[in-house]
Amino acid sequence: MSELLDLTIAQARKKLKTRDISARELAQAHLDAIDKSAALNAYILPTPDKALAMADAADQKLSAGEGGALEGIPLGVKDLFCTTGVRTTACSKILGDFTPTYESTVTQNLWDAGAVMLGKLNCDEFAMGSSNETSAFGPVINPWRASGSDKQLVPGGSSGGSACAVAARLCLGATATDTGGSIRQPAGFTGTVGFKPTYGRCSRWGVVAFASSLDQAGPVTRDVRDAAIMLGVMASHDPKDTTSLDLPVPDYEAALEGGLKGLKVGIPKEYRVDGMPEEIEALWQQGIDWLKDQGAEIKQVSLPHTKYALPAYYIVAPAEASSNLARYDGVRYGLRIEGDDIISMYENTRSEGFGAEVQRRVMIGTYVLSAGYYDAYYLKAQKVRTLIKHDFEQVFEDVDVLLTPTTPSPAFGIGERIGDPLSMYLNDIFTVTVNMAGLPGISVPAGLSSDGLPLGLQLIGKAFDEEMLFRVGARLEEAAEFTGKPEKWWA
Amino acid sequence: MAVDEADVRKIARLARIAVKQDDVATLRGELNKILDWVAQLDEVNTDNVEPMTSVVAADMKKRQDIVNDGDKAADIVKNAPETQDHYFVVPKVVE
Repeated sequence: MSELLDLTIAQARKKLKTRDISARELAQAHLDAIDKSAALNAYILPTPDKALAMADAADQKLSAGEGGALEGIPLGVKDLFCTTGVRTTACSKILGDFTPTYESTVTQNLWDAGAVMLGKLNCDEFAMGSSNETSAFGPVINPWRASGSDKQLVPGGSSGGSACAVAARLCLGATATDTGGSIRQPAGFTGTVGFKPTYGRCSRWGVVAFASSLDQAGPVTRDVRDAAIMLGVMASHDPKDTTSLDLPVPDYEAALEGGLKGLKVGIPKEYRVDGMPEEIEALWQQGIDWLKDQGAEIKQVSLPHTKYALPAYYIVAPAEASSNLARYDGVRYGLRIEGDDIISMYENTRSEGFGAEVQRRVMIGTYVLSAGYYDAYYLKAQKVRTLIKHDFEQVFEDVDVLLTPTTPSPAFGIGERIGDPLSMYLNDIFTVTVNMAGLPGISVPAGLSSDGLPLGLQLIGKAFDEEMLFRVGARLEEAAEFTGKPEKWWA
Repeated sequence: MAVDEADVRKIARLARIAVKQDDVATLRGELNKILDWVAQLDEVNTDNVEPMTSVVAADMKKRQDIVNDGDKAADIVKNAPETQDHYFVVPKVVE
């Protein structure tokens, strides 16, 4: 049984095709594992009936020698993706039992390719958080624990359920979204691969909106090849999303081949921050050596506006969120709390329905967009964003890819930072720049901290050049030989 | 720029979020901490810098001006807390 759970997507695909295993037994093995995973709180809505029906349909196709790129592959879906007939909440009370009558383009692409839906995965409320502690369904627990400790750790966020489920063998891969690091940071905390594509590579249609100019979907998987397989299916041009890129989707699996000889790898000096643990610094140096040993040329580079990316993000993202979340007013979806008049009905509904972090961000966003403050905050932040993007454009004239740590620390304890929003925000210091500039990024598990927790390295690429990240990511993965797997304490 | 308690109540009103009197002081502290921190952007010289409007250089596609979807009234009101004959029902707005 555990052999089925330990397969990569590429391995499962092969065994399904040769009929060594059936999609049904693969789905069932995962459903059984999910049944015993309550302590992790990764799945907020398993969909066993749907999974088995989809698996049976996949088996029929596979037996006939047919089937798509993900035929029979069981996946988890972050609860930010609308799924027809399956409750979608963005892990907020305000959506109540919202049950979409339509399917997000990304998940539709997956089902069209034959993938099997195991259920909906926990995340931070409206994807606002870096620890998966703001969910209305309670926190997700990281399957990893420090050596010799039973302290509960966060899986990172906002795609904490996705990263946890992939690390704990509760699915072969999961959809996720990344607005400021929400795919890469949890991937870093759980020893999984997280890929955030170029803005526009995946359609945002049917994905609950947080900050529309930053939101981008991507996969969390157990290795780089699986990320290439999943992204190849998730990415598409979609006329229903005007920001979706009208470009052919390359063969990402083919991009995994190729050496590093002659490639230029940039090391941005601004990512060496005060108070960064020595082991992160050491891992970064190790990553540099791995790439250098394979023939890459290492160049020190400078992205001078790096330190301003996070504060600019905390103006832009809340501003867009305050606008996007205006639709939750007790009229069209889910929760309604009555009041004396229509305004107090709105106010009561939003006060009851939104959690503390969402309320805080909606209020910050409202403030920075309000009359008299718009220029000082919002316009200023968008100008800084231009400078951040310009930094990257300059650097990418000289180098092909950038290497940085994914996070400034390994996973921390449940409850340790949730009381201090600013210290929580600092988790995204290395990942948020990528969203501000619309670039692709990948986190690859690269080693363990001194107390046995996974650490990731991040590669940042040029816009549209996901292929470079797959190529360099695959070489980094080979060199790191990361085989770590959490001890199964939860079942 | 710091906010006072009256500002917090005004922002909450604009955001349509009911804030309990007891929570105003806490919120004020939290908002000011965040606003203090984002104020470091003032160090950046942004003279002659255009604000970003599009993060990826791509022309926005225009679709043909034709009806390509619709006739889904039942779907649209399906998740509403209160409806009548395919209308959303809200508390009385006009006296």
